[in-house]
Amino acid sequence: MRYLPHTDEDINEMLQEIGLKTLNDLFESIPKECRRKDDLNLPKPLTEWELNAHMDNLAAKMAVPPDYKIFLGAGSYNHYIPEVVKQLISRSEFYTAYTPYQPEISQGTLQAIYEYQTIVAMLLGMDVANASMYDGASALAEALLMAIRITKRKKVAVSRLINPYYRQVVQTYLSAPGYEIIELPSLKNGTTDLSGLHDLEGFAAVAIQSPNFFGCIENLKSHGESIHSDQKTIFVTVFTEPLAYGLIKNPGSLGSDIACGEGQSLGLPQSFGGPGLGMFASKTTYVRSMPGRLVGQTTDKNGKRGFVLTLATREQHIRRERATSNICSNQGLCALTTAMYISCTGGTGIRKLASLNHDKAEYLKKGLMDAGAVIPFNAPIFNEFVVKFPPGFKDSYARLLKKKMVAGLSITQFYPELPDHYLLCATETNTREDMDALIKEIKS
Amino acid sequence: MKEPLATTGLVLNEPLLWEKGRKGRSGFSLPQRDIDVFPMDDNFLGNGPDFPDLSELDVVRHYTRLSQWNYGVDSGMYPLGSCTMKYNPKINERQASLHGFASSHPMLPAELSQGVLKIMFHLERNLSEITGLPAVSLQPAAGAQGELAGMMMIKAFHQNSGSTRNKILIPDTAHGTNPASSAICGFTPVPVKSNELGVLSLESVASVIDEDIAGIMITNPNTLGLFEENIKEISGIVHSKGGLVYVDGANMNAIMGIVNMADIGIDIMHLNLHKTFSTPHGGGGPGAGPVCAGKELEPFLPVPRVVEKNGSYFLSQDFPKSIGKLHAFYGNVGVLIKAYSYILSMGSTLKKASQLAVLNANYLKEKLKATFYLPYDRPCMHECVFSDKLQEENRVTTLDIAKRLIDYGFHPPTVYFPLVIHGAIMMEPTESESRETLDLFIEACKSIADEAKQNPELLFEAPVRPKVRRMDETKAARHPYLTG
Amino acid sequence: MKEISELSLPEDVRYSDDHEWARQEGSLVRGGISDYAQDQLGDIIFVELPGTGETFEKGEECGTIESVKTVSELYMPVGGEITAINENLAEHPELVNNEPYDGGWMIEIRPTDFGEMDSLKGKDAYLKILKG
Repeated sequence: MRYLPHTDEDINEMLQEIGLKTLNDLFESIPKECRRKDDLNLPKPLTEWELNAHMDNLAAKMAVPPDYKIFLGAGSYNHYIPEVVKQLISRSEFYTAYTPYQPEISQGTLQAIYEYQTIVAMLLGMDVANASMYDGASALAEALLMAIRITKRKKVAVSRLINPYYRQVVQTYLSAPGYEIIELPSLKNGTTDLSGLHDLEGFAAVAIQSPNFFGCIENLKSHGESIHSDQKTIFVTVFTEPLAYGLIKNPGSLGSDIACGEGQSLGLPQSFGGPGLGMFASKTTYVRSMPGRLVGQTTDKNGKRGFVLTLATREQHIRRERATSNICSNQGLCALTTAMYISCTGGTGIRKLASLNHDKAEYLKKGLMDAGAVIPFNAPIFNEFVVKFPPGFKDSYARLLKKKMVAGLSITQFYPELPDHYLLCATETNTREDMDALIKEIKS
Repeated sequence: MKEPLATTGLVLNEPLLWEKGRKGRSGFSLPQRDIDVFPMDDNFLGNGPDFPDLSELDVVRHYTRLSQWNYGVDSGMYPLGSCTMKYNPKINERQASLHGFASSHPMLPAELSQGVLKIMFHLERNLSEITGLPAVSLQPAAGAQGELAGMMMIKAFHQNSGSTRNKILIPDTAHGTNPASSAICGFTPVPVKSNELGVLSLESVASVIDEDIAGIMITNPNTLGLFEENIKEISGIVHSKGGLVYVDGANMNAIMGIVNMADIGIDIMHLNLHKTFSTPHGGGGPGAGPVCAGKELEPFLPVPRVVEKNGSYFLSQDFPKSIGKLHAFYGNVGVLIKAYSYILSMGSTLKKASQLAVLNANYLKEKLKATFYLPYDRPCMHECVFSDKLQEENRVTTLDIAKRLIDYGFHPPTVYFPLVIHGAIMMEPTESESRETLDLFIEACKSIADEAKQNPELLFEAPVRPKVRRMDETKAARHPYLTG
Repeated sequence: MKEISELSLPEDVRYSDDHEWARQEGSLVRGGISDYAQDQLGDIIFVELPGTGETFEKGEECGTIESVKTVSELYMPVGGEITAINENLAEHPELVNNEPYDGGWMIEIRPTDFGEMDSLKGKDAYLKILKG
């Protein structure tokens, strides 16, 4: 086996040096009753060539563009990834390296992550960002736990228009230690209704997603003002499509205290939902309560600029049960990928790309309206929007599927009061031709 | 190889991204605009982020240079204890980046995603076979998240039977994520001391166990590289008090095909795919931390779960007792594909991998026990722990030894963990390293020990070869500069 | 790290087993960590102190002291109400390393029971602990 370099000779000589006879002797310290009686029942090892054929076969059983025309977002977005990014991220000095605990031989990772942190802080308009969390959902859960730690309050308010899977994850994380979650309802225009939120002093945090699950852009400024009428309550903003901030005002400029969300759109393949990238940023005052790794700039003993992991006393390997989180492994390589992607687009490119994405969705929306669909929410949108189709659209949806067109996602499963409502998405990868074809099919 | 491993090389300087570039440059091929501009509501329109604009070559040189300052498994030996820095097979990368996998949306109907669902189902079966535990969830995105899932499941189990137990027993050798994960769940960690042989004794567990203990979190093999030989009895006593046994499976690389976790009384465990199953560490992640559970805890596994019916696969939420969801979708699928690919390439040879990992560690232990102090002079599993006790008289510390190893061309072992050994040096060679590489490493260690006696300045000044010298970590923490 | 003979052990303070010192200053008691403690911890990065007005018992944890790689708890040398904390430590945590008994003081206490000072150790008894 090509991953195991030992020849029989090597093995015998090494065993001799240790004073043992066989490989089994190495396990004498394991009591007999603990040792496995049967062999591993796994299939015969595949050669590289058999493995490739096997995996190619499986990959062929997946519906992907360009074969399928997919108009679906809902937390996972199809964007073009430059070849440059794919090539650079496969440099094995990056991906076979460990966490940069030995800074002298990890300056590549450390500088790149420092740059990533800066990019995230710029994108979100915040003071400081960490080196990543697992994904947008767990980032949101950790943001709420962070707010609970800071304020010492045990209740949080979460908008109903936050991605339903994110809310499920928040529920899982917060119910184990027994914290309370209040859900904020929605308004007719497709944004969050904060009017029922009283007694803010009981709340550690209020969380709002923008653009939200319906694709609608929330009025974060006015939400922030309401929430900050209590000095301590923390305003947590979340996103699933960070490309939006290439066009719209970033959460930091609108009063966000902790901004978190999913970075997959920025250079990461969708990959059936993972690995993703939990982006996490906050105001400087909260940095000691922040979860996750942080890279900081410093100098070496010759005064040369360099980077190190810092403020590690927040983390589990030092603070143990009192740590700001249990997180150890993060999504480091994904953060690096996003930094590479942003390096390619630059500030100029990302504005153009965001604008193009916005316009694609608007085009599709208008086309569907002209075809007789109803757009129930009139708040401005980015990338995604909700459409109310005529009753029984389910059959049309299935028919479109057979024609290899995915007309978004039915959201009735998450919002039972919205039958025949579908969430559609259009990015720079959906051509006018394809959108026209979809509209035409739906019309008929 | 007669010459030393470490040499010098051309190391180019490279500024920060925003110290480069010129406004208007681009490294991105903007797609054609085939639709009109739709103006955005002025109230929401922003200025966009002030990212630097770079040309494609700017970007390529930037990251190429940065990569050259890094040391990866592909550069050389990386004997980090408890990290299992084994070789990351390139063929696994190919599989994960196949278009059908990489470009797939997680929320299409199941019949359009059979490829990945089948992989997930079969990976679960494989991990089940390897651990002996029947039910698996691939959802946790890292070992620590797997621990969290396990802790939540234990809590749910007790709540389901009407009891509230608030404490978890955690050995003094535990990795920091163990008490951290239990605390997030609302448990109070209760420490258990290891004995003079470096393992948990039945007596020490018995002395702290009561009916308020929800369970015990054991790492087996433990962080000293030793098999917890009393584990069967310990599981017995924990069960007798109504508690459950969680195993941190970070060190699974020592015992694949050798121990069946279910047989020794384990109720639930997590695996680290980025350790035992060869997926790359990525400079910090992404990893994956699947949990494997016995029948009693199966109902509490995270949802959705992969289900098979008549040869088709789909995701089901229909598990009312589930702890819920930890990941927005189904976990780090890209990582799962790599682990699956590895398991298919190895098959039952996984046992040989474990045997050779243990062989390599014992070889290092025997050859170095006169060089560095060995607190537990007994057979080890896949890793062995030394300390800097012998070098104390020269005022040389574990840190100095580690930094000097860099000058010899090796990544240092894990240092200052586990905490029970003062100045711990934990070495895990893995099965990937050949005898020659181990011999080079041993020679380097011996040479450094000599230097410690004859010329300790060499260690205090180390490392001298890489791009930077020792960093001022005090300054970095006292005056944090976290954003450029 | 310093040899025991190199450590500073002023006469005018009493020492706890957890390496805190306490000095009587009129009706109040000022406290911090000993030279041995700061030397063991290394460069101090951050000190988390209680709020004024809070009350703790003798031996109770009232704060934390962070160095680059460790966190250590600060325990009350005597019980009482916190009347003041050293605000300088926020900007200059190195004072704990450089002047552990003076500029690096941490808390000021109004003791509930002055008698608790007697149960602390004098310089010689503390030295015995360090040597033993």
